[in-house]
This record gives sequence, structure tokens and C-alpha cells, in this order.
Amino acid sequence: MSVRKHVVSVTVRDQPGVLVRIAGLFARRGYNIESLSVARSETPGLSRTTFVVAGDTATIEQVQKQLQKLIDVIKVVDHTETKFVDRELMLVKVAVRQPEDRVEIRQIAQDFRARIVDVDRRALTFEVTGDEGKMSAFLEQMRDFGIIETIRTGRVALPRSADAVPSPAVRANVA
Amino acid sequence: MNGANVLLHALERQGVEIVFGHPGGAIMPVYDALYDANIRHVLVRHEQAGAHAADAFYRASGRPGVVFATSGPGATNLVTGLATAMMDSSAVVAITGNVPTALIGTDAFQEADVYGITGPITKHNYLVKDLNDLPRVVAEAFHIASTGRPGPVLIDIPKDVQTATFEGSERDFDVTIDLPGYRPTVVGHAGQIRKAAQAIRAAERPILMVGGGGQVASEQVMAFAERTNLPVITTLMGIGAYPAGAPQALGMPGMHGTVTANRAITHCDLIVGAGLRFDDRVTGKISRFAPNATVVHIDIDPAEISKLVKAHVPVVGDLRDVLPRLGDQLERLELDDWWGTLSEWKGRYPERYATEKPLVSQEVIELLREATGGDCVVTTEVGQHQMFAARLFPTSKPRTWISSGGLGTMGFGLPAAIGASFARPGETVVCVAGDGSIQMNIQELATIAKNRLPIIIAIANNGVLGMVRQWQELFHAQRYSEIFLADSNPDFAKLAEAYGIEGHNVFDRETARRLVPEVLARGGPALLNFVVYEAEKVYPMVPSGAGVDEMLIGDQEPDEQPEPAGAKA
Repeated sequence: MSVRKHVVSVTVRDQPGVLVRIAGLFARRGYNIESLSVARSETPGLSRTTFVVAGDTATIEQVQKQLQKLIDVIKVVDHTETKFVDRELMLVKVAVRQPEDRVEIRQIAQDFRARIVDVDRRALTFEVTGDEGKMSAFLEQMRDFGIIETIRTGRVALPRSADAVPSPAVRANVA
Repeated sequence: MNGANVLLHALERQGVEIVFGHPGGAIMPVYDALYDANIRHVLVRHEQAGAHAADAFYRASGRPGVVFATSGPGATNLVTGLATAMMDSSAVVAITGNVPTALIGTDAFQEADVYGITGPITKHNYLVKDLNDLPRVVAEAFHIASTGRPGPVLIDIPKDVQTATFEGSERDFDVTIDLPGYRPTVVGHAGQIRKAAQAIRAAERPILMVGGGGQVASEQVMAFAERTNLPVITTLMGIGAYPAGAPQALGMPGMHGTVTANRAITHCDLIVGAGLRFDDRVTGKISRFAPNATVVHIDIDPAEISKLVKAHVPVVGDLRDVLPRLGDQLERLELDDWWGTLSEWKGRYPERYATEKPLVSQEVIELLREATGGDCVVTTEVGQHQMFAARLFPTSKPRTWISSGGLGTMGFGLPAAIGASFARPGETVVCVAGDGSIQMNIQELATIAKNRLPIIIAIANNGVLGMVRQWQELFHAQRYSEIFLADSNPDFAKLAEAYGIEGHNVFDRETARRLVPEVLARGGPALLNFVVYEAEKVYPMVPSGAGVDEMLIGDQEPDEQPEPAGAKA
């Protein structure tokens, strides 16, 4: 069976330690997590986490079933089999070693629709949003100038069609 | 009403009549409230034993077992018990005290991160920081522990929450369970059941394998087996769910299973797996497990389906729902050829052992079965004696065979006998033990003595850690590393007597034959220490990593191993 990356969304109750339960499950069962992001959802009392996990079909099925067994987990959706949009946000600090670089760096950033969020004499910090391909391409372009440091949020995802959106508000009755 | 009263009232509302436990600093308010409550408390001598007793209480009665422990060391002592209950799907509700909320996280005296530590070994756990949550948390804990696939739930209550004044009213105890993330599938999918029936009808060499899930559905298992004429294999956890002596019973599968059961698995063309999880001790090498079989897997936990053995027809649901509905779609199967083969194997490989040697564990265990007629509760420790008991002393009623299967916890059997005894008052409980295991919770002789429980403890004392010795003899070139106990074992009869329990050391066959029925007729508590042959081994044995058809059968005569017909490439 082929190993591929899956983008999985998990809707959880906002309870202390829920992230520990999820992270602990991944660690204990040896799942290979590439990224994990957590934030409040549109429903009060519920959070949505998105993670990217690599594995074959059987492994991903087990990941989902084991997650579903956690009492605080309300819904698990593997986006990989459906149409979905995913985004990641990255902050990149690029070195400006000589003044003429500055123009070129800004030109490239413009092509990627990257925003400048901090300006320094010797560096420019960009905010880049997009899918993984765009992130890698951007980094590739900036490599020659010198990348000082980067940070990424990990991928977040939602299904495309309106009716495929898991609606925790309907299922959960959280005070 | 303070938090401790709220807890006990919530427990009473769950029908709790008995708890096992041990007090300590951080749970003192609860013990103070217990002084006036209508709940009986059994004082164990170690928290681990309390957890095992609560676990066995559930296994023997079907009602959740409850254990109390204090913070820090009290709570960490529960860990082995909770992990044991988790692996064997046993409904335990553990209540631990913790240091006051303001001290949590400061490394206070007797503080441990119990919520963090017990997360991976419980079905769910709680840290209650607001007293108003407690009635709901207790109700949820019992609901989660006892429904779906049962399991342990821990509630950690800081001391200040136990002493806080409850401002609520009786109405707050009328909890409506609202857990959107927890809705076990009880009713099997009709389409899947139809597919399962089709597959079973088409089979020529089918078997039914019953696991621990069968303990709640024994009636349905028996009716299904009778209706369909399927041969029945019961796993270690399934013993008692189907009567071991019934004509359709093939015994236990796996590492120390019967030749017939393991061969049946290898040669069958269909397995109906009911309430089991295809543990590695059952399957042996997965690629050699049932190579020709279509697998129909019925389990209430969807995560067990296709986890290890791929299920061709999965059915998620409660056996009590699925088996009768599946049976309704089936007629008696025509299996004369298959039964002919199985009967031949059964005839050729009866249970046997040599008795010209000194006393052996197997005959001691058979004496116990004869004296009780199998009409008792059996608990076991873990090791050779456990496997001998599973094969020679399997009980015939559900909830009467209590053994640590998944975790294999030495020290389980003696406290389990206590829990089982409270769950089934008046019934004889036989604890089959080894001289290694029994010493892991030997302090519980005090609990047995104090409560005058009708428990017969039978130690098959071979003076070594027998199962480890067996592996060292067979797979480690007789390098017997750290297994000798005989030179420093206590005088077990004297030890029992020191606790106020009748004790006997038995060295020979004649005394054993005389004493066993005598002591059983008198009733426990009593301890019988049988000094048995050191080098006896459990056969058949499937070596670790081998297929279940690759059994070592000891000094029994080998026969031609039939090749599985039409093995898949």
C-alpha cells in the first residue's frame, strides 16, 4: 500500500488536556505527524485541529478510528478523498546583504503575493500564505539571498462544498 | 453538603454499594464522609490491589467496580490496575484525591500529574476543579465506563474541591448525559449482517471465535452456536462465554491453545470473530493466521476491525444485538466433513501430561476442577499455571473466569479473587497462582482474612518463574537467568497462618488428592501450597513469531501436518 500525506480535520471539545490526548495518541501508536494546528472553531466550546499525517490507507483508517475513540473528539474528517482548500501561513526572514538585493527580493515577494511585515537594514520579513508548493517555491527563490529564519503554522483545511462541512454546531450542544 | 458528600451521594445514585480503597492525606475528606455513608468500603493493603479488586468486581458482576486512592503514590499505585482494566475492557471507576487546586503544579507533597499519567491507560479521565461539575462528571464516568466497549475511567479530585460547600440541590444530580463525541454503535448494520450471513452460508469449514465481548452475550453466543452448528473457539478472555465442555467447543486458540483450535484456524475457510481483538497471542504470525479464511468480524469497537486481521465483512455492534439477528438469517449448516476432521484432531490430541514424575501443576489444577465440578469462580495470576488453568479448569458460565489477558499482570489473581468474592457473595472463588505471581500482592491475605472470604488459594509452586524458565529452556539455550525462587520462598502455609488463614504445604500426590476435596468442602479462606515439578512445560506452544500451525507439542507424538487446502499465495 502506498504511503501518502493526508490532511485530517478533528473537531474537539475545548477541554483542558485535549491536545495532550491527541498528541499522546499519535506518539503512543507511532503515527507520523508532519504538522498540527489548533484553533477555536466557529462554535463556542469547540476547537478544530488540522493535521497532516503520512501513511498508507490502513494506517490512516486506524488514526481516524483511534481519534474517534477519544471522548472529547466529536468529528474526524480525512479531506484527502474529497475536494478541500488548505492553507499554511509562513513567516520568512530574508537577509539583505547588499542594497541592490533589496529590490530584487521585493520583486520576487510581489510575484508570490507575500507581504512585508517587518523591515530592517539587513533583513526583510515576509508573510506568505498558500499551499505547500507555494511555500517551497518561495523558499527556493529566497535561498540565494540567505534565509535567516522561518516559522510555519502547519496546514489548515476545510472541505470545498458547503454541505460537506462538518457542522459541529448541529451535533454538539455545548453551553 | 461538601464535595466529599457530593461524591458519595453521586456514587450512591449510581447504585454503588461497595468500594475498594486505601486512604491518605489528599482523600481524607472523602474518607471522613464515608464514615456516615451507606457505602461499604473494603480496605485493601495496596492501591494496586484495590484497582484489581474493582476490575474483578466488574468482571464477575457486570456492575462497575469502584476504587479510591489518595494523591501521588496512592494514585500511581493504581496505574498497573488501570492498565490491566483497559486492556481487558473492564468497567472501573477510580477516584483519586489530589493536592489542593492552588498547589497543583508546584511539586507539592504527594503530588503527581495523575490526570496526565492515566490518560493513555483509561477510556477517559477527569480532573475536577469546580465542585459544580462533580455530579455530572460522576454520571458521565459511569456511563463511559460501562457502555460501548467498557473501560476504566478516573476522576481526580483536588482536596479543596472535596471540602468546598456545595451550593446546588438534588436536581443537580439528575444528569442528562450529553457527550456528542461518544455514541457507541450498538445496533449492527442490517446490510452488513446480511453480507455476513451470505458468507457464512457459503462456507464449508467455518469456525466461531469468541472473545471477552462474549462475557456479556453468553446466551446469544450459545443460541447462535446451537442454531448454526459452528465449531466454537473461546479465547482466554472468552472462557465461560461458551461452555468449555460442550460438544462444539474446540478450546482455546493461540500461543498455548489446543492443537484442534489452532489447526481449525489454519484450515478453516471462514472465521466469525465475535467480541475479540485478534491479539498477537491469539494470532501468532499474522501472515500465517487463517490463510484461507473469509473474516467476519463483529465488535462494538470499530477501531478493532481490520486493526490486525483484515475483516472482509465488518459488523460494528453489540453481540447481543448482532448475533440473534445474524442467527435468524441462517439455518443449521451442513458441516459433517469438517466436523469429522475436527473430531479426529480432538481425539488424537486430548489434554495429557505425565504423572510418573513428581506432582505436576496440571494434576493439581485438575483436582481443583474435580472438587468444584467447575462450579465456582476461577481467578488466576499470570504464567504457566494460568495457561494450565485455562486449558484444564475453564469455567462453564460467563463472568466466572477472571484472568489478566491483555496486560498479563502478575499480582492480579489474589486481589481479583477478593473483588470476585464481593461480587458473588457465597460462591467459592479459587485463585490459581504460581509462587512468583502470588508474592506480587501477597499482602492481600490480610484483606481476605479480615473479611473471611471463601477464597481457596492454590499455588502451583515449582520454585521458579516457570514461564520464563520455559522460554529460557526452549529458546535461550538453558541459560536460566534470574528465575530461581525456591531458595528464598517463604513457607507459604506458615505465612497464611500468620495472617490467620488455614494453610497447607503439599508435597505429594496422595496428600493432594485427600486435601483438595477436604478443604473445598470446608470452604475458604485457605491456602494450599503445592510443591510441583520444576521443569514442567506448557504444551502445545506456538513460539513467538511463528504461525499458530507451527506448534511445539512436547513429548506428544507428532503426526503428519496437513497442508492447508487452497492456501492463498
